[in-house]
Amino acid sequence: MTRDLVHIGCGAGFAGDRKDAGGPVVDTLAKRDGPKYLIFETLAERTLALAQKQKLKNPEKGYSPFLEAYVRPVLQRCLEHKIRIVSNFGAANPMGGARKILEIARELGCRTPRIAVVSGDDLLAVMNEGEIRAHKTIEGLPIGDGIVAANTYIGARPIAEALAGGADIVVVGRTTDPALVLGPLIHEFGWAEDDWDRLAAGTLAGHLLECGAQVTGAYFADPGFKDVPDLAHVGFPVATIGRDGAITVSKAENTGGAVTPASVMEQILYEMHDPSAYLTADVVLDITGVTVTQESENVVAVSGAKGKPRPDTLKTTVSFDGGWLGEAEISYAGPNALARAELARDVIRERCLERGSNAEYRFDIVGLSSTFDGGSAPYPGRPAPAPDGDFRVRAAVSCHSKEVAEDLADEVLSLYCSGPAGGGGFRRNITAQIHTASILVDRDRLAPSVGYCGAEI
Amino acid sequence: MTIVLETVRLKLHDIAHGRSGDKGNRSNISVIPYSPEAYPLLLEQVTEAKVLELFAHKGASAVKRYELPNLPALNFVIDDALEGGVNSTLNLDLHGKTLSFMLLAMPVEVPLDRVREFTDGRRS
Repeated sequence: MTRDLVHIGCGAGFAGDRKDAGGPVVDTLAKRDGPKYLIFETLAERTLALAQKQKLKNPEKGYSPFLEAYVRPVLQRCLEHKIRIVSNFGAANPMGGARKILEIARELGCRTPRIAVVSGDDLLAVMNEGEIRAHKTIEGLPIGDGIVAANTYIGARPIAEALAGGADIVVVGRTTDPALVLGPLIHEFGWAEDDWDRLAAGTLAGHLLECGAQVTGAYFADPGFKDVPDLAHVGFPVATIGRDGAITVSKAENTGGAVTPASVMEQILYEMHDPSAYLTADVVLDITGVTVTQESENVVAVSGAKGKPRPDTLKTTVSFDGGWLGEAEISYAGPNALARAELARDVIRERCLERGSNAEYRFDIVGLSSTFDGGSAPYPGRPAPAPDGDFRVRAAVSCHSKEVAEDLADEVLSLYCSGPAGGGGFRRNITAQIHTASILVDRDRLAPSVGYCGAEI
Repeated sequence: MTIVLETVRLKLHDIAHGRSGDKGNRSNISVIPYSPEAYPLLLEQVTEAKVLELFAHKGASAVKRYELPNLPALNFVIDDALEGGVNSTLNLDLHGKTLSFMLLAMPVEVPLDRVREFTDGRRS
């Protein structure tokens, strides 16, 4: 009976999400009957390349730096209540991540968990750089020098296999984000590889959960228009999925936030391009027939997902060296502040251009308009500025050498003593950049596999 | 006798909400009416051409509008809207997460007798 419903909660929607979000999700799941899962999504496109760099420095590292912060507070209760954890926090080193979890379990005095490690997403292990470069990129831009990582979105099947092998915890590197949810559903319901509509429903459930609180009122609240109660303690989502693919989305008990048709619709369309063809490794999802209904307070039913056969190719993100980003900022406020900020901007621009550097520069005045501007083209709809307002001059450069980035920041710093009146609050940020490109790889080239550590069954 | 239907100019933000996401140098922005009854007005006024014009200063090259009458909602996919995308843009907002509100700043003409209905679903 209860086997016809699976409960899945999400404890993190990106590496950097709240560290205390998983607790209420686990408390809520613990009260449910039937199979229960907790996912953490921690692997944006660039994150894996950063992890790969860490692993090169220290072979024990390379799993998500957030793994411990997410796992430690909930591990004991998950093991007690048979809540299985599925996450891509393995990043560039799933085995290293698994060993870290065993160490945490020992420290907490938990029973030893059985941990599955999914590997086989590393394309560089099966394809040389030359062949990778021979692929056309989806973006149409070339793959640059210095490939750092190339990892393939391998899909839900290896996760289902890991769960069938008795894992309490599944540690994955690169996979499609919805696979963290679809994998458990395939395992529980035995959905066939061509049961496209069910696989589509599971993928939609994953898409709704994978960004954490984005479906429960976060990245949503707009005071006076879309009011969300207690956003400071927004509850992370818990979904219930039926054997037939019926989805209900709710959230952790005793938390803030709101689950409404509006919040759910925004997340359905998040990062969606053609709504009739959302491509994943396991199925092509079609949401054009989806309907969304409020069932009760903070419970929304989602139905109508359709599926089409999965593509023959798998998306792979190739990360490579992207040079340097230099940024620096300084503030001007009060009488005639806009004129002083503009003068500061003009001084930096003039001095940078005098260097004769061919690097790309950008200058913003935050408070006037900035994120809506396009390069040097101002946003045409910007409101008339208050000349006596509070403005922040920002200069940025993208360049090959760290020196050029440092030089720009030093120029902004020099405004303290050599710029317009009343400049304060200087900050700088120099970042090594990683660029990415996407290629489509024949799925037969990857052979994902599952290994185990910790407790035997 | 001619009947003059009076309209009032509002921001799209008054009658709809939305969310932006990114993939490469493409932005996608959903536009969801607070009242399903406002969907035909969105179809008529929030066109591909107008959205392209709104994003032209960012270098946008093409806009595709997908219609989802079931929800109802519109989904706009805007090519080259992100000044190179998260890879290479010097914009503070690498992902274009703020851009849904640039679209929601678009003016719309709403019949006076429907303003209350179209703004009614807010605060939900």
